[in-house]
Amino acid sequence: MKVIGLQLMLPAAILALVFSLAEGASGRDRNRGKVVRAHSASKIEYCMDCHGSGGQGYFGYLVMPRLAGQTPEYLENQLRAFVEHTRDRGLFINMARVHGLSPELRASLASQFNSFNPRPVGGGTRGAAERGRKIFEEGIPEANVPACAACHGPEGQGEGPNARLGGQLFPYTVNTLKNWSRERTGTSASIMAPIARSLSQSDILAVAAYMSNLR
Amino acid sequence: MKLIRWKVAILAIVCSALPSLAGDVGVPIRNCTWCHGTSAQGYANAPRLAGQRFRYLQNQLARFFAHVRDNPLSQQYMWSAAEALDPLTAHDLAVHFSLLPPLAANDGIKELAVVGASLYIDGSPENDIVSCAVCHGPNGEGIGEIPRLAGLSFAYLRRRLAEWNEGFDLAAAPPMPHIASRLGPYEIDALASYLSFVQSTPNDNDIAP
Repeated sequence: MKVIGLQLMLPAAILALVFSLAEGASGRDRNRGKVVRAHSASKIEYCMDCHGSGGQGYFGYLVMPRLAGQTPEYLENQLRAFVEHTRDRGLFINMARVHGLSPELRASLASQFNSFNPRPVGGGTRGAAERGRKIFEEGIPEANVPACAACHGPEGQGEGPNARLGGQLFPYTVNTLKNWSRERTGTSASIMAPIARSLSQSDILAVAAYMSNLR
Repeated sequence: MKLIRWKVAILAIVCSALPSLAGDVGVPIRNCTWCHGTSAQGYANAPRLAGQRFRYLQNQLARFFAHVRDNPLSQQYMWSAAEALDPLTAHDLAVHFSLLPPLAANDGIKELAVVGASLYIDGSPENDIVSCAVCHGPNGEGIGEIPRLAGLSFAYLRRRLAEWNEGFDLAAAPPMPHIASRLGPYEIDALASYLSFVQSTPNDNDIAP
């Protein structure tokens, strides 16, 4: 009787131990998810203090870009790039510090901003927008500039790591294209370097104006 | 004859006084400088107007007029001060004061200024406090409608920040009420101290219409 009891007890004990560990692991994951969600709720307000209450962007002393509708992959890449200093324009503010977030928070915030869709802030010069549309849809063959739409989507909605351009703030886009190689040194950014270099100042102004009003 | 000469004399004296009532700048600044100081650098509770962004001044006058900015001293003094102001005069006053050179109040707590400087530039991301500098400029100079904070008095800055947490002026341009809600008394004292010592360059005022 004693021997049979022991024979049963040992596997039972082992099974009980295994189940309780499994329970504990998923319980920890559930709690971790709650912690990330709680941080994410207060963190997104921190982001929105600068980037606008709907993520539409804001014209402060610095121009804070639109995050609303941005592809999650692009957002997460940028957050990582700030921390790794592969995106750095030498501004007076420590971009790595103010954008320093844990990976789970990055993913959570990126997906939240992706779901927002406020109207574009606008402000691009309207006269140049028609020429900008041509560049956006057809590129500039004689300058080896491909159509933006080819990688960024026909409505500039973005695709994976290729940023959404629709509704982006005009001066931000202009500065980004002008400063591309100076500011972005990561391998994923290198594809844009020759394109940005081949765009003239007036090309940049035109295409940025067009995209600033794209919904 | 004597009576007529007297009347003429009195009329002459009264007429000669009228221009100075408008101030020799053609704008009725006397109504403002009573409280804000003869050179508009601020006095007691009334903040410095000199060198403030003209669009910001214009906006605040409109908000006093509409009873939207409801801080206690705003209600007590500025609501009646702005009552008789038409938009054109408000604009003229705002532009006039924006062109005066701003002097730093230098009345903060010196020991807190270094902490305040770091908070001002980078904020405190761990505490969800954003950088002030990205909107208000690296030297607190402001831009467009965003006010110049540099050199404003410690007491005024501290009161303005604290009053958002007390529920006043919640209709202020976002995101200030939320940003203020992240600040505790120590952060407020540090920021207000640092800013009170920052001397601005007067030449970066914008006066585009």
